[in-house]
Amino acid sequence: MIEITLIHYLFLSAIIFTLGIFGIFVNRKNVIVILMSIELILLSVNINLVAFSVYLQNVTGQIFTLFILTVAAAESAIGLAIIVIFFRNRGSIQVEDINSMKG
Amino acid sequence: MIAHAIIFYFLSTITILSTIMVIASRNTVHSVFFLILDFVSAACLFIMLGAEFVGMILLIVYVGAVAVLFLFVVMMLEGNFEKIKQGFLQYLPIGFFIGIVIFLELIVVIGGWQYKSEFIGTSKIIYNANETNTEQLGKLIYTDFFLPFQISGLVLLVAMIGAILLTFRRRTNMKRQDMVKQSSRERVDSISSVDAEINKGVKIND
Repeated sequence: MIEITLIHYLFLSAIIFTLGIFGIFVNRKNVIVILMSIELILLSVNINLVAFSVYLQNVTGQIFTLFILTVAAAESAIGLAIIVIFFRNRGSIQVEDINSMKG
Repeated sequence: MIAHAIIFYFLSTITILSTIMVIASRNTVHSVFFLILDFVSAACLFIMLGAEFVGMILLIVYVGAVAVLFLFVVMMLEGNFEKIKQGFLQYLPIGFFIGIVIFLELIVVIGGWQYKSEFIGTSKIIYNANETNTEQLGKLIYTDFFLPFQISGLVLLVAMIGAILLTFRRRTNMKRQDMVKQSSRERVDSISSVDAEINKGVKIND
């Protein structure tokens, strides 16, 4: 309990991952909070990679963290751009209104 | 060692509480602020682990760029967020159920970690304790991971072009500068000499 090991970080990242999934289910109507939940899930993956890389003394995990960071930034930029043009066309960002393709 | 444990528990408590507040707060602007707090405390955890470079990059990229982007979009759209929150309780049971199941699966995986078979060291990368974190990362990124590094730059370029193309719109009620029209203008089209009669003036047709 006193000595912080890899297990502690894994538990932390598991809790954040679960809360991110939970956030997607709970905030079904708000697209922006869904995007933020995806960011939380990616953050938990980053915590996992960095903890493993430090405790196994292999720097490769941190490099993969950098790539995940890049992809997350690109994804949120595209997602927010889509939300902005959707709001411009429809005047609403509720998920229930996004059904014009009847998919 | 005790101080290390206390700092870890402090930071991870802040991280978990702010994660809960991100998904539970009624105002979306507040959840963006809690997301920023989450990223800052995660960056502190990274620095505490010894991964300084990743922690600092997390601060720069997430807090400096992504969170500000979220804040900008939330404040620009200014929708009726009170109405959005109405279905909160409706999806609570199913979300709770799936969350619990995923959490238990992760706990099983972590618990099984101590029964793992022995690691076979396949990595040729030697960890040198004398170098700083940034030095190690730089030496790897520019040698072994050069191609993925370039490709991630390409991903960012594509994302940038995509975001600009998606949000770009040409306004119709605006006067724009047209270079071709401007420089192909002739003297005959724009200037004419008129004999003005006394007490009548000149009629300007436009």
